[in-house]
Amino acid sequence: MILKSENLEAWFGEAKALKGVGLEFESNTVTAIIGPSGCGKSTYIRCLNRLHEETPGARIGGRVLLQGRDIYGPEVDPVLLRRQIGMVFQKPNPFPSMSVYDNVAVGLKLGGIRKKRELDSRVEWSLRVAALWDEVKDKLDRPGTSLSGGQQQRLCIARALAVKPVVLLMDEPTSALDPISTARIEELLTELKKTVTIVIVTHNMQQSARISDKTAFLLMGELVEFGETSALFTTPKDKRTESYITGRFG
Amino acid sequence: MEFDLSNKSELAKAKRDFHPGDRIFGRALMLPAYSLLILLVAIALFLLHGAWPSIQRFGLKFVFSSTWDPVREVFGALPVIYGTIVSSSIAVLIAAPVSIGAALFLNELAPRRVSEIVGHLIEMLAAIPSVVFGLWGIFVLAPWLRSVVEPALGRFFGFLPLFQGPPYGVGMLAAGLILAIMIMPTVASISREVFHSIPRVQREAALALGATRWEMIRLAVLSGTKSGVFGAVILGLGRALGETMAVTMVIGNRSHISASLFAPAQTMASAIANEYAEATSDIHLSALVGVGLTLFVVTFIINAIARIFVWRTTLRWSAK
Repeated sequence: MILKSENLEAWFGEAKALKGVGLEFESNTVTAIIGPSGCGKSTYIRCLNRLHEETPGARIGGRVLLQGRDIYGPEVDPVLLRRQIGMVFQKPNPFPSMSVYDNVAVGLKLGGIRKKRELDSRVEWSLRVAALWDEVKDKLDRPGTSLSGGQQQRLCIARALAVKPVVLLMDEPTSALDPISTARIEELLTELKKTVTIVIVTHNMQQSARISDKTAFLLMGELVEFGETSALFTTPKDKRTESYITGRFG
Repeated sequence: MEFDLSNKSELAKAKRDFHPGDRIFGRALMLPAYSLLILLVAIALFLLHGAWPSIQRFGLKFVFSSTWDPVREVFGALPVIYGTIVSSSIAVLIAAPVSIGAALFLNELAPRRVSEIVGHLIEMLAAIPSVVFGLWGIFVLAPWLRSVVEPALGRFFGFLPLFQGPPYGVGMLAAGLILAIMIMPTVASISREVFHSIPRVQREAALALGATRWEMIRLAVLSGTKSGVFGAVILGLGRALGETMAVTMVIGNRSHISASLFAPAQTMASAIANEYAEATSDIHLSALVGVGLTLFVVTFIINAIARIFVWRTTLRWSAK
């Protein structure tokens, strides 16, 4: 068990977005979190890297344990924590003023790596793992935003992987992409889980069924069901899960 | 009624005829919009016309000669151009770091309530009439410069020609400082607008990589807004170049180029304000209009450049 949440609660001001969610993530698996819009699935993963608290008025309750240690403990520095738990966002967001190379190297530089040779090899490694190297190796000095949408998203994946996080959080990473780019990223995920544990939020149930080992279904801030993906989609235990996956709401 | 839909102009005409109210409304609004443009052109033409006698008489020497002598009717605008450039440069050098720092603090670091209240207060600074700044300059700033700041600068940096000579109080330094205070609200509020245009996902991208707050500001905020912030500073510069009342009250009004910042000086705007009422000869009046024309052209160009920089930043982000 690399990461787990216990009775996790989250608020935006007075509005309670998560009502005690407990989930466990095993090493080298892909876990999908599904649910209708506004069910709290994005909020949930944003609590896992302590990004939720950056929103004004946001609070959390409960615990999140990374390798057994509470990430909300008083001795934990969120800055260092976020280097262990990477994140990829809904829209590709490379830094527009930086080249392809610098976008991947930026996290390494923040971590204090300065040697050109080390940077070069880590950048190449990350871009290879993100299946982008062959497409960009001749234009590493071009702006990151000059790439196509799908390439930009893989660039963001490479950027997150460069610092070798133990967990990679993905917040609907393909919702802004076309079907071909989406397929490439889904393909990539099955490769990636060899190196990193993946938690992915998606509103696309087919995607969840295709790529994940386990699936969690959230509804209005509550965890309705969590289990093996194949089981959850074929024999859901909860009535609400069944109506959601058969498309009766959401 | 039947319309030939393939005929674009006929279709457009038909649409217009359907909604006469739209048409009247559109025309009614067009009038003030265009009349502002016509006014701008009219002012430019008036200045050119009024300055023509001095342009004919002095030619290019008008801009390059440093003699401004109403008695002998010799007019060279160099001292006032110099005064304008130097006082505005002092203003920008002081105001830019302070206002950009304030904007960053209010947008990125301060609690929301503080940033709202302080932000409004800073913007209210811009609403203070410049004559009030001038009064404050005469009664508070100038005596303080004369008795404290200028002697101290002279003692420690007196080896520089900038800080030599008797401390008058009123002079180039006082004008530069007053201008700095006056342009700070402009630079700060436009910088805030520019920083605000950076989407949240950019900030979060940096934070999620393990950036500290300062690193996040550097990576996500500053690097994407360089040209916009530059534009904000240039807009402040544009305001400093044209500011008249407060400068006239504290600059000492002497059309002479002096290396020392303590010495009295004159800007284009203060020269016009000072001498217009007392100008007796036609050529003196024409020379003052010529100064006005120079100022008009310079500020017009500066503002245009600044607007382009600010637009480029805000457009880039709003397009996404």
